[in-house]
Amino acid sequence: MNRLEVLKTYKIYIGGQFPRTESGRYYTIKDKKGNPIANICLSSRKDVRNAVVAARKAFGSWSERSAFNRGQIIYRIAEMLEGRKEQFIEELVKQGASQKSAIQEVNLAIDRIVYYAGWADKYQQVASSINPVSSSHFNFSVLEPMGVLGLVAPQNSSLIGLVSCIIPAITGGNTIVVIASQNHPLCSVTFAEVLNSSDVPGGVVNILTGNPHETAPILASHMDVNALVADDQDLLHLKSEAVENLKRIVPLNSNWMQKESQGLWFVTETQEIKTTWHPIENIGGASSSY
Amino acid sequence: MQERARELAVIETLDGGKPIRESRDIDVPLACNHFFYYAGWADKLEYAFPTRKVESLGVAGQIIPWNFPLLMAAWKIAPALAAGNTVVLKPAETTSLTALKLAEIIHDAGLPPGVVNIVTGFGDTGAAIVNHPDVNKIAFTGSTAVGKLIQKAIATTSKKATLELGGKSANIIFEDAPIDQAVEGIVNGIFFNQGHVCCAGSRLFVQESIAEKVIKKLKQRIETLYVGDPLDKNTDIGAINSKEQLQTIEKYIQIGLNEGAEIYQPQCTLPKKGFFYPPTLFSNVAQSNRIVQEEIFGPVLTIQTFRTIDEVIQKANNTPYGLAAGVWTDKGSRIFNLTTKLKAGVVWANTYNKFDPTSPFGGFKESGFGREGGLHGLSAYVKLS
Repeated sequence: MNRLEVLKTYKIYIGGQFPRTESGRYYTIKDKKGNPIANICLSSRKDVRNAVVAARKAFGSWSERSAFNRGQIIYRIAEMLEGRKEQFIEELVKQGASQKSAIQEVNLAIDRIVYYAGWADKYQQVASSINPVSSSHFNFSVLEPMGVLGLVAPQNSSLIGLVSCIIPAITGGNTIVVIASQNHPLCSVTFAEVLNSSDVPGGVVNILTGNPHETAPILASHMDVNALVADDQDLLHLKSEAVENLKRIVPLNSNWMQKESQGLWFVTETQEIKTTWHPIENIGGASSSY
Repeated sequence: MQERARELAVIETLDGGKPIRESRDIDVPLACNHFFYYAGWADKLEYAFPTRKVESLGVAGQIIPWNFPLLMAAWKIAPALAAGNTVVLKPAETTSLTALKLAEIIHDAGLPPGVVNIVTGFGDTGAAIVNHPDVNKIAFTGSTAVGKLIQKAIATTSKKATLELGGKSANIIFEDAPIDQAVEGIVNGIFFNQGHVCCAGSRLFVQESIAEKVIKKLKQRIETLYVGDPLDKNTDIGAINSKEQLQTIEKYIQIGLNEGAEIYQPQCTLPKKGFFYPPTLFSNVAQSNRIVQEEIFGPVLTIQTFRTIDEVIQKANNTPYGLAAGVWTDKGSRIFNLTTKLKAGVVWANTYNKFDPTSPFGGFKESGFGREGGLHGLSAYVKLS
């Protein structure tokens, strides 16, 4: 029985929708033998801007959700990814991975999401502080998400690099615009489908495929993006674009398959520190000695 | 430093023009305390960054401004040394003396030669530090414009940076605030150090129901401020730091008048010699006015009113800066509500311009990045892996 395989249209992910790039452009990625695997959207300046607008719109309610709820939603991403494991393994193999390493990568990606789901309601407790100032104030410093992040995803990885960068950022209440790996883009689009079915509100994660040389400078110079997360090497070309609104620069240099490539600091490095001086009533000088 | 506190205070005031009361009671003691605080961190770094390997960065290039010369030198040098770095520090060209006096103290204290180096000069000296290939980290406090130049200059290098830049901070007075205390807070917020303060409370927001009363009291209060000889212990507002800065202030006064704002200055006689400017209030201003949007860095306050809490949060956050904010209310829950929603690195409730070595200081948005003070101030000077 012969049937024609239904090929997937890989689209971009903006504000919880899957549009094609507004530019109508695409590029074709090929397997090792040179056979075409899929057509991929070649995102434009306008797509980047639309994605930033969506991310900004989503930021308020996402950052104000309870930490517990954000943790539940992130755990849900892991559940959904687990359910679509086979598809990711297949895509990784299509893009050149061995079956064994593909399985390893997908398993690690799922475990890493579960790991960060647990951090959602813990990082604040571990990383915030009460500061013993000399005056009559209750002085405390808490973490707050930086806002809208721009991420140039690790280019040599299709899934694990992407997951390792997106998840800690949204765990901390940021929203994010991602420029996916140009040569290994399949998992980024399929991961967007996972996000979309995981109670992650539209706009929290936005994923664009295409040519980072074209789109990353637009993201880096965008005045409504608060921080730029990218590989050390990519940053050398992008940092000067990020100056005008004093974006925070978060460099990445990790082998994402290692266990050390996860941790509290991946959450805290996209957080601001806010310090409050709260008055303490101090009348009469009564002492608490007993 | 403590033994030479009087000497340091007098030099600071002679050199920069700030009232002796401030250099004696605030700048110098805070600078001493900052060194004492960070000295204690030197052998505890592994507790500051649990589970991580902590290394020094190397040579820290540090460029500091003219508004708090000795205090900024302390904020820069102390955490750098505690984390094992060596330092090249450039004080501002108009206020280099206390940094040089500090070099003497450092020498007397027996710090090995080369650990702290102080070079004086203008912007080109600063640029030489920023562009030197063997400097691993840049720490800068100063204007947002220069901060951007620095970030651009090091963009293609792997140098780390912390930038503590300008501000246009909101000072918000609610109708339930203790009014007299709030008026003192407004005065301290904007006229402390002649308003040469990056976190100065230069945008006042008063709830409409009490606006008339607060503004009346504020006007009465600034009538009593004594502008004059910085070395006089009774002086409230000292000298403007330089002729250039006085010209900048005068330029902004003209801009404010051209924008149609209503100006109020008390009757006060200024010394004939030197650079002085009276405390100045601008009311009837719009959110879009340049005097509301841009940092003036002088004793100039803009006054706006508001009705609801949502309105004032929106207005307070409507600025490219995000360094500090003040909130005056009797209601604790309102303080927590505001501190959650204001986009600023430091929020003072029922106080303003308070500093402490344990309390991290630094901004959101275009007020820069990185924190100085507390455990957080160490992370600017370490490499973690």
